[in-house]
Amino acid sequence: MASNAPKIYKPADYKTTVHPDWCPGCGDFGIVNCIQKAFSEMALDPWRVAVYSGVGCSSKTPHFIKTYGIHTLHGRVLPFALGGKLANPELTVVATGGDGDGYGIGAGHFVHAGRRNIDIAYIVYDNEVYGLTKGQASPTLGLGMKPKSLPLPNVNQGVNPLAMAITAGYTFVARSYAYDVMHLTQMIKAAINHRGMAIVNVLQPCPTYNNLHNKEYFSGTIQIAGQNVPRVYKLEEIGYDGIVKNSEDTAEVAQKKEKALTQLMKLEERVSLGIFYQIDLPTYHDRLAKIIPQLKEKSPASYPIEDTRTHQPLTDLGDAYKDFLV
Amino acid sequence: MAIVNDLSWMIGGPQGTGVESSANLFARACVAGGLWIYGKREYHSNIMGEHSYFQVRVSTKQIGSHIDPVHLLATFEDSTAQIHAQELVPGGAFVYDPLLTKPENLKLAKDVILIPIDFEKIIKEIAQETGEDYLKLIIMKNTIAVAASFALLEYDVHYMEKALAGIFTGKKAPLVPLNMRVAEKAISQVPKEKIQKFAWKLKALPQTPRRLMINGVQAVALGKLKAGCKFQTYYPITPASDESVYLEGKPEYGVLVMQAEDEIASIQLAISAGLMGARASTSTSGPGFCLMCESIGWAGMNEVPVVVFNYQRGGPSTGLPTRHEQGDLLFTINAGHGEFPRIVIAPGDMEESFYDAFYAFNYAEKFQTPVIVLSDKAIANNTQSILPYDESKLMIERGVYASKETLEANAATGGEFKRFAFTESGLSPRTLPGQKGGIFWMTGDEHDELGHICEEPENRLKMDEKRMKKLNLALKEIPERDQYKFFGDEKADYTIVTWGSAKPPILDALPVLKSKGINVNVLQIRLMCPFPAEAVSKILSKAKNLIDIEMNYTAQLAELVRQETGIDIPHKVLKWTGRPISETEIVSAVTEIVQKKTKKVVLRYGL
Repeated sequence: MASNAPKIYKPADYKTTVHPDWCPGCGDFGIVNCIQKAFSEMALDPWRVAVYSGVGCSSKTPHFIKTYGIHTLHGRVLPFALGGKLANPELTVVATGGDGDGYGIGAGHFVHAGRRNIDIAYIVYDNEVYGLTKGQASPTLGLGMKPKSLPLPNVNQGVNPLAMAITAGYTFVARSYAYDVMHLTQMIKAAINHRGMAIVNVLQPCPTYNNLHNKEYFSGTIQIAGQNVPRVYKLEEIGYDGIVKNSEDTAEVAQKKEKALTQLMKLEERVSLGIFYQIDLPTYHDRLAKIIPQLKEKSPASYPIEDTRTHQPLTDLGDAYKDFLV
Repeated sequence: MAIVNDLSWMIGGPQGTGVESSANLFARACVAGGLWIYGKREYHSNIMGEHSYFQVRVSTKQIGSHIDPVHLLATFEDSTAQIHAQELVPGGAFVYDPLLTKPENLKLAKDVILIPIDFEKIIKEIAQETGEDYLKLIIMKNTIAVAASFALLEYDVHYMEKALAGIFTGKKAPLVPLNMRVAEKAISQVPKEKIQKFAWKLKALPQTPRRLMINGVQAVALGKLKAGCKFQTYYPITPASDESVYLEGKPEYGVLVMQAEDEIASIQLAISAGLMGARASTSTSGPGFCLMCESIGWAGMNEVPVVVFNYQRGGPSTGLPTRHEQGDLLFTINAGHGEFPRIVIAPGDMEESFYDAFYAFNYAEKFQTPVIVLSDKAIANNTQSILPYDESKLMIERGVYASKETLEANAATGGEFKRFAFTESGLSPRTLPGQKGGIFWMTGDEHDELGHICEEPENRLKMDEKRMKKLNLALKEIPERDQYKFFGDEKADYTIVTWGSAKPPILDALPVLKSKGINVNVLQIRLMCPFPAEAVSKILSKAKNLIDIEMNYTAQLAELVRQETGIDIPHKVLKWTGRPISETEIVSAVTEIVQKKTKKVVLRYGL
């Protein structure tokens, strides 16, 4: 193959030899497969990708993916991932982690990531429990719910992460399901392709601790007006379109946001998947580059700081000294 | 007889009324005339209204501390008079507003010269003469106070004009003649006979090189710029955020400065930029540093270079948020759970602040580990005139990286790279995300050479050893000047052991003590982790008598010295009122220890 021909990657090219130690039947397998499938379909060079994670079952993800992998601290995947992207914007940065990691201990970071609109994709494995510590209620578990791992029903109300994402300023907000390979791969690709802060909340059965929202629940049907319909449906099936066509049209923006929030807060037994909201807005990097023009060409990681021969610093303090010289 | 160029001047007033600007003007004018200054700033955790003051000490030689007596006090409001008039020495002078302050109600020393100035009248006259808005001119009460002071000191008003020209540049330049007009009116209100009675005078020195008038956060910011720091994060906190805000205001240097949502994010953003290959840093104070501990452990575990500044302030908890203390020493060298290597270095003045900031990045990248610079509020906020930094010897060291050949060979065999390869020195060559053939993993878990989670006992032993032995290497390779400094006669009767901002008042006190027949030398310990135990032990075992001087309750440095060397320091001089130590206090405390063999002297001077 000629060296300038586009490289073709198989999903297997993104696999490591590390054995995933998740429980049999865990939804995490499906998500990792879809991430690898998405990378291969996008033909991403593995060394130009950094996959970050927090701490928890799902946060072991980077070890199973052959790209740069950074497994950080509980709840802290976003600050790490954002720092990485800002330091080296050339990289494709994907943040992964669980619902407890992202919406519990990391909730503060979750909100502020929206305010900045940094170009990363955040994939949240949402199974409503803290799996690695034996199934305590996570922030997405609804009030009064009692999966088998809880001694008593949940006394906290569940959060609505995607509604939260929209109000915080995320510019790509989507939901998918761990076992819908086609859809999830498509959502992950769209999130990575989106220029800005993207979130995909992935509904992920935990076969060990969450017997309420398991595989059977998501793949089952329910009765609506005497008709059997699948529980899970795609937004496009109802003609929903959450993508803002003109980000400067404030009326359209307001209308799409409102529509997304309505859809996300709708009282229904069915579960909708797809892109709730997407808008193309200047990223944090764009905003900074207006103030710091050097950032257009050089990144903090690539900025030359020394004469590589003499090792003398390249910074000339002359201008700064003016503030202090008397 | 006149006392020339040896003076302590003070101005006070409610926060937000320009006290800092007038001190800046006074100090700048002194430096413009070739004199040396040290300025001490004290303020409340408040934006407007609470009492604050600024003390400027002037000398013919470089100084790094204040003294307790006040020779000239200037103010345009009464609370400063109530609080500070008692600090005036006999024969000192007091510039005040007679409409607000009645000297007969104050505790004043003998023969204090009273200089009532009608501030309002001057401002009103200027408003009338120039047609300027009276309310906009009120801020010039500061200029009046400074000008009246210089009149008493018989200091050439030309230097005040020079200082004003340095402060008001560009569009603000017309403020120079306006201020000088105000100054002339103020000067005319100071009676000749009182000028003659006042003993303290300032006289410009001929032909002196230009100097920097700089505080600690500014010195650090310059050091970081010089080092090529391109990524700085922060969360607002006193007294650290001034450093980040200064850098934010210098976009021409290309530093990405980011205000994070909290200190947890601040440190993590910086760590992640560090592992990407950027020179990255964050600056905070004690409460914020507490929040960073878990992450610093992660950086230690993953051998990521990152530079953290902890500007200590009074603790615990919110403590004395705008006041001084050296209370975080033992905490900082032990911060974080578990064991990991970190380098902790403590600067003591505006010079060390610059160089430490510069070298911290070298050490972080060379030893692939977090470097914490332990500064404090006194260094952060106080101002010193110093000679411009000597940049000629500054060299950047970026540590070990995988060679091109290694990367190419690796790329051909799957592309994975042993970022944590076991090596003799403990240092493994780095690759950076984006490099082909360099793929690694990082994790807070114990890991193997590739960076994958590994709980094997043998791997644990080797990996821990690999990380920890970098400390031995650091101790071998960090130059002596960054480990400790020794001052004075080796054979002196007393050896003072100290660190950080306690150093300058001690050095300033040495000649005074000598003149009283007390011969003292000083060991300033700079590297707190890894601790230069052998060198310290060698110096201290030769000493005749030991005195520990530092600013905390528990004598933390003495504790550390005992832990590392087994040497007990029997005499201690401690201060934890939130106010820095003065030269005056050092002289009297050391004198007391020499004369009375006092075990522990607790200092308490200063408001």
